[in-house]
Amino acid sequence: MPGVILIFISALFFPGIILRTKSIASGRKGPGIFQPLKDIAVLLRKGSVFSGTTGIIFQIAPVIALSTLVCASLLLPFANQRSLISFGGDFIFFAYLIGLGKFFSIIAALDTGSSFEGMGANREAFFSMLIEPAFFILMATFAMFTGHTSFSGIFNHFFLTGNDYVLIFSIIGIFLFTQIAMVENSRVPVDDPRTHLELTMIHEVMILDNSGFDKALIHITSYLKFAVYGSLMYNIIVPSGWNIFLHVILFLAVQLLFAVAIGLLESFRARNKMNKNPKYLLTISAIAWISFVIVLILTNKLTV
Amino acid sequence: MDQPSHFKLKNNYPAGGVREIPISGYDDFYSFVTDGLKDEARHCLAYYGIKTQDSLKLYCFLADDPSGNIEVAAYETGTLNPVLRSAADLFPQLSVFEREINENFGVVFEGHPWMKGVRFPHNRRDKSKTMENYPFYGIESEELHEVGVGPVHAGVIEPGHFRFICNGEKVLHLEIQLGYQHRGTEDLFLSKNTPLQRCILAESIAGDTAVGHSLAHTQLIESLTGLEPGEALQIERCVALEMERIAVHIGDTAALCGDVAYQLGQVVCEAIRTRVINTTQLWCGNRFGKGLIRSGGSNFPLSEETAAEIIKMTDFVDRQFSGITECIYSSPSVLARFEDIGTVTGTQARQIGAVGIAARTCGMARDVRKTHPFQYFRNFAVNPAILETGDVLARGMIRKLEVRESLRIIRELLEVWAGKDKDTGKPDYSYKLKPGAFSVSVVEGWRGEIVHSCETDAKGNLVHYKVKDPSVHNWMALALAVRSQEISDFPVCNKSFNLSYCGHDL
Repeated sequence: MPGVILIFISALFFPGIILRTKSIASGRKGPGIFQPLKDIAVLLRKGSVFSGTTGIIFQIAPVIALSTLVCASLLLPFANQRSLISFGGDFIFFAYLIGLGKFFSIIAALDTGSSFEGMGANREAFFSMLIEPAFFILMATFAMFTGHTSFSGIFNHFFLTGNDYVLIFSIIGIFLFTQIAMVENSRVPVDDPRTHLELTMIHEVMILDNSGFDKALIHITSYLKFAVYGSLMYNIIVPSGWNIFLHVILFLAVQLLFAVAIGLLESFRARNKMNKNPKYLLTISAIAWISFVIVLILTNKLTV
Repeated sequence: MDQPSHFKLKNNYPAGGVREIPISGYDDFYSFVTDGLKDEARHCLAYYGIKTQDSLKLYCFLADDPSGNIEVAAYETGTLNPVLRSAADLFPQLSVFEREINENFGVVFEGHPWMKGVRFPHNRRDKSKTMENYPFYGIESEELHEVGVGPVHAGVIEPGHFRFICNGEKVLHLEIQLGYQHRGTEDLFLSKNTPLQRCILAESIAGDTAVGHSLAHTQLIESLTGLEPGEALQIERCVALEMERIAVHIGDTAALCGDVAYQLGQVVCEAIRTRVINTTQLWCGNRFGKGLIRSGGSNFPLSEETAAEIIKMTDFVDRQFSGITECIYSSPSVLARFEDIGTVTGTQARQIGAVGIAARTCGMARDVRKTHPFQYFRNFAVNPAILETGDVLARGMIRKLEVRESLRIIRELLEVWAGKDKDTGKPDYSYKLKPGAFSVSVVEGWRGEIVHSCETDAKGNLVHYKVKDPSVHNWMALALAVRSQEISDFPVCNKSFNLSYCGHDL
């Protein structure tokens, strides 16, 4: 339970910290850390406007996307406590919960009948499909490494295997989770959340028709998604046996560093050309494959 | 031929009499245009019609770059419903002019490849043709889809509709539909007949080219009145024009970086641009140089202090802008977005009569400051930068090179200025235009050549005023540039040209 609460708390500050980092990196004053929250408060008070072409799918999609993510956050363990829901292979459930939310936002975008949103939905589906192997292969690597198949099992035993190479997997995990989080959250280099150009957008263009309350839900979903990935990363950085209070502090520190890292990554590079994205995403999956092969060798399942 | 088929004049020289333009038959007129354009050193500056009682007079202005001459020929139709042979099928650069003449006067051009409206003005000939019932170019296919963008856009830009025909992410065809503004600028020049009103109107033709357009207007008026600006005044005008060029080029570099999500380049360039336009504000009270250029004199003569500020500004820009462009054009992630994107070939550019930076990035040495010099550029050598590749990277790089050249021009001009007699005089708002005369004035604005031309009647009143913004040609270059590109690269292609909507929708 404390893990879920901490995820919610860090989700509150995540977008603000990214924004602050980017403004400081570009030498601007920029908005305050709470500005995204204030924006959400404004949106929540507003009513939604629905286009005449949309149906029920468009109206329920934001709620479904948010609820799947809240469910997904219940699967994540914190410190040495078991997560609220835990069973063998729950990371597959986790991935498809997020996938379900994404599926609904994609068909909601198609529901609007706009040529822009169809284009965005098409890109989002394609790129999500390409990044999916990276997540599964990475989790399979961890499962193989620890001998457990649930999040709780994997993360509670991550540092207890007695394997000297644990740090390598920790580093690979941090790298891959950062990349996956950037893609899943439609950030640079795959997407650009700041752009106003519909033709280049991926995620932003899909929510062009959403307004008011629904838009607030969509924003909350994306903030929560960052915190969920931050939490995954935290679990492979900090050994689970440490003192619980230390854990709370370290958790918030890791989330803060993650947000700052994203802000810095976005400040100093341009985004990819659209047709380079598949290559970029497959490279991330390829790195996951390499780590998988390494773990096979280390656990003597594959002999060379 | 005993009689010459055309009349020659120089840019910004005293106006010619309307009667001096020989009126030829259409065959001669046609061959003047087509033979003239066969030489690639010539291009069409303007081609327009003037309606008289029961006839139509067509004028065509060709610019001959090597000699610096502007050649004019005229043809009188003798009827209000003429059917003429089109020259646009041979020379696509004439297409937009023939479309405009067709739209305004109903002249039928036989063999014209694509006769569509240009800007749907209120006084067009055929009122049944509206933007609402315009048939867009389409391709029937199950696999292709159309994407329409605008006329209302995200962000603060002007109205324009872009209709893409795409195969997946790839653009097969782009049709650019402008003409949403219906401002009637050219007619306003005739109805707003006090000199000050006209100056302000010229400044407002395109807000980002206030100095360029007001200079073109002022030159035109001065050539029709015989007012001769002093050398100090000429230098001040050139400095203002170059400052406008520097500011816009740096702003465009910022926008290019913004479009590819390269935040560092964007914010640094925006900050540099602010310094430049603030210096313009220090000089004349307006950041875009409005009010600075007036016929016959200046309300804001350059002072020693302002000149010193300008020199300081050039040092600042030189240092900062070369630093950040070094950063931008060596960053692999940025280069990957600019290189080989939105390529316009040299042949295409020549055919559509591209001007300004769009031409100079395709290997064409087309710079009015050099070929048809005006103001103090007549005594001062400009070295225009020429690039060959014609892609987004070239259009980014040329901005860097032109800023560097403009900084040099400003510094050297101000040195010359220091030794000149600085009495520029006050603007002359009580001028009388020469009767029965015509003139043409060409200025190299930051976007390319700006052409203003007009004609006066026997009493010295304006009977016709014509404006040509460089965007008129270059919009076609954008449509060609995005062919076979990804639709997601359209914004960065568009920004690399940064064309004017209002300059087109006069």
